[in-house]
Amino acid sequence: MMRPTDLTLAEGLEALDKREISAVELTQAFLEAIERLNPRLNAYITVTGEKALADAAASDARRAKGEARALDGIPLGIKDLFCTEGTRTTAGSNILGGFVPPYESTVSANLKRDGAVFLGKLNLDEFAMGSSNQTSAFGAVENPWSRANDPDRRLVPGGSSGGSAAAVAARLAMGATATDTGGSIRQPAAFCGITGIKPTYGRCSRWGIVAFASSLDQAGPVARTVEDNAILLRSMAGHDPKDSTSANLPVPDFRAAVGRGVKGLRIGVPAEYRLDGLAPEIAALWDQGLEWLRAEGAEIVPISLPHAKYALPTYYVVAPAEASSNLARYDGVRFGLRENGSDLKDLYERTRARGFGAEVRRRIMIGTYVLSAGYYDAYYLKAQKVRALIRRDFEEAWGKVDAIVTPATPSAAFAMDEKQDDPVTMYLNDVFTVTANLAGLPGLAVPAGLDGQGLPLGLQVIGRAFDEETVFAVGGAIERAAGFTASPQVMA
Amino acid sequence: MTYTIEGETGPWEVVIGLEVHAQVTSHAKLFSGAATAFGAEPNSQVSFVDAGFPGMLPVINAECIAQAVRTGLGLNAEIHLWSRFDRKNYFYADLPQGYQISQYAHPIVGTGAVEVTLADGITKTIGITRLHLEQDAGKSLHDQHPSKSFIDLNRSGVALMEIVSEPDMRSPEEAGAYLTKLRQIMRYLGTCDGNMDEGSMRADVNVSVRKAGEGFRTRCEVKNVNSIRFVMQAVEAEARRQIEVWESGGEVTQETRLFDTARGVTRSMRSKEDAHDYRYFPDPDLPPLVLEQSWVDQLKASLPELPDQRRARYVAMGLSPYDAHVLTIERETATFFETVAKGRDAKVAANWVTGDFFAALNRLKRDISDPPVTAEHLGELLDLLADKTLSGALAKQVFEAMIETGQAPSVIVEERGLRQVTDTGAIEAAVDAIMAANADKVAEYRGGKDKLFGFFVGQTMKAMAGKGNPALVNDVLKQKLG
Repeated sequence: MMRPTDLTLAEGLEALDKREISAVELTQAFLEAIERLNPRLNAYITVTGEKALADAAASDARRAKGEARALDGIPLGIKDLFCTEGTRTTAGSNILGGFVPPYESTVSANLKRDGAVFLGKLNLDEFAMGSSNQTSAFGAVENPWSRANDPDRRLVPGGSSGGSAAAVAARLAMGATATDTGGSIRQPAAFCGITGIKPTYGRCSRWGIVAFASSLDQAGPVARTVEDNAILLRSMAGHDPKDSTSANLPVPDFRAAVGRGVKGLRIGVPAEYRLDGLAPEIAALWDQGLEWLRAEGAEIVPISLPHAKYALPTYYVVAPAEASSNLARYDGVRFGLRENGSDLKDLYERTRARGFGAEVRRRIMIGTYVLSAGYYDAYYLKAQKVRALIRRDFEEAWGKVDAIVTPATPSAAFAMDEKQDDPVTMYLNDVFTVTANLAGLPGLAVPAGLDGQGLPLGLQVIGRAFDEETVFAVGGAIERAAGFTASPQVMA
Repeated sequence: MTYTIEGETGPWEVVIGLEVHAQVTSHAKLFSGAATAFGAEPNSQVSFVDAGFPGMLPVINAECIAQAVRTGLGLNAEIHLWSRFDRKNYFYADLPQGYQISQYAHPIVGTGAVEVTLADGITKTIGITRLHLEQDAGKSLHDQHPSKSFIDLNRSGVALMEIVSEPDMRSPEEAGAYLTKLRQIMRYLGTCDGNMDEGSMRADVNVSVRKAGEGFRTRCEVKNVNSIRFVMQAVEAEARRQIEVWESGGEVTQETRLFDTARGVTRSMRSKEDAHDYRYFPDPDLPPLVLEQSWVDQLKASLPELPDQRRARYVAMGLSPYDAHVLTIERETATFFETVAKGRDAKVAANWVTGDFFAALNRLKRDISDPPVTAEHLGELLDLLADKTLSGALAKQVFEAMIETGQAPSVIVEERGLRQVTDTGAIEAAVDAIMAANADKVAEYRGGKDKLFGFFVGQTMKAMAGKGNPALVNDVLKQKLG
């Protein structure tokens, strides 16, 4: 048998079912890998080894009684934005202090319900604000991949779900939860050579997930394969009466859609995504991906998303606006960090100055500005109007195509000391992914090849609202055609 | 007569608009399942949503929506089938989320109207601008510790209706009448208990003054006034202050003020320049609130009768407008009256309820919710009057006994033998005896001293222990005295 940490999630389930391995052994293998590699990668903020082993033992007992559930015994990492009952939840920020939630987020509760074992809490950009996992108050995460010609230069794993992507790529978890507000699942998945899906807005409950931008935030999985994503999403998703924006729709068997094929599907290629200065390697990979799909029987259809070019600025108005309000509750009064002051205002200022990092403070400032009297119409209201136009672009596209394929990111993973000149350079990472958030659509990133430096590059599949099945089908076809087998240099 | 305040430069008119915050009667809060009872231990009715914990989300309470719609219907107002919740952002220690969820741009209820009756019997219509739903904040307690403030979040998230009037009121009396009417309507509907001393109803009072024929001058807002009497006092105090400012050559500046109830004056809280920028924007956690017309129609069909309708019905039943008004002020009183009047003479019932019964309530300091005599017993008493078992005087005696014992009037009549005597023979015998014992008076009466008739009535009734049927006693006396 393969080393346990090398198993995909689907293979892990099979091995458990066949009693080739126990959940305790599997969990033990991952905990050992974490112990060995986490000091370097810093993917986990908190490791809950004892609890994981106890849960794994309980899982083995269930399986022995023939009561195994959909994910029984599968070791997962949980992005530290999901509140976990009894386990410290940080959101990558100092302001939450030692906050231990007395409740479990709906998504993580759903995974527990299905028997998953939680190894610990994964690092992220502070409050999920970042594209490099460098804004975390708990230190940067290192990408397990490195450049062939510069192996010692440490690369970022992407963000904000950098810990989730790095952990899965380095085999420190079989899969992980993540969240995506502007690309925070898809960009790190692409940077780390794994697969991740941001489902349709409303597919997964936001209840118990620390909010960044409520109208854009959506939870999803990251894992090594498209199939593993499909398995995880089925457990994570579902209507939740505690989230008014959660969709009351049945959850399909996503796994069944992965192998469905693309014969007869119309695949859209948006002209506006061919940005000036798009890296030739990225452009070539995109063309290659489309060629694979055509070879499998899909029809490639050029489309236009005329307002896509405004998506990034629109996103960077809407998301900070909502964030500035969502983060007001971190005031030192009821939970988390408190810096005492001479009066209430002083307490607020000291607590928030000490508790929030520079990027979070910047976005709170931007958000406060765009909502303030005299600027609201020019920024927030205008951005909402553009957002409606972006949605309409997609609506029109769905008349012509069944899915859209684009690059996932404008580049491969960059080095920790790159793109630090100004915030906008960093924001440009989201250029291909934000449209799906603004329109609430499902988007999947799947590794499709390597660049000249041996770094993974991903393609993105965008689908209709609540049609993750087609997205999985297209993603599955790309995955099979790409035959991506490369693995990172740092790996258990 | 227009109400004016006399200044050095002559009379000034007062313009008043009210924003009333009324706590929705419901078991749970607007966006959480936490309870809403008054007077609970601090922080005992707080969910993680109300405390603004990370990842918590609001879910609207359908009952609060129904209550707002009922109130809107009671105010003859337009119900908006599409409304939306916005966030009003500001920092305060008792505002856990750092924002209040409110309806800023698209309230659930639009324009309506309320008719008020003033002391001189004149009615006046006060326009309603809007009614919207919002969350209440918690309470800061600054007097519990020398250097610390305490926070009680029991109120945090409780549903409030903010009812905004047009600047249609012109005197403290009109403001008082409007508030009284608003409270009456909500109590009838069961949508707000209107208990101002428990904070279930509070008013922000907007006041300006002007000379006759002028447009509006700058207004000031007096915040959070918590009784109808204080609202009336605050109007006058603020109007007088503004008149003084204008007359001394100054200018009233728009600001928020507080009413100092002890000194009877308003003082500045914050000026317009210090006003918060609330950065309102649609709450992304809540989809727009969309109502079905059929649901609104159902609520409308199931509304209880409102005070105006009920008053009109009472007048049609033959009651005086005054009695109809008095009986409909509180829903419980009207219900009591209707039980008494059921199948009986409505006017007689109204006289008893507003007369002896109200007097008893006052004397015993009891409330209509805890009456000293049940409506059923009072009705029975009226039956005994109607079938002449009791005279008016005997009925009053029986009524007092009912209060003392709580017994049914029929039981009291039986046990105490208070049945009136209608046997003419017995009355004639009593009259004969009185006349025989007072021959001198009989002579005087017959000599033209008519006033003595009352003496004979009194003596006869006394001899019969008050039980003689007064009409028969009169008849017999007239006949025998000649």
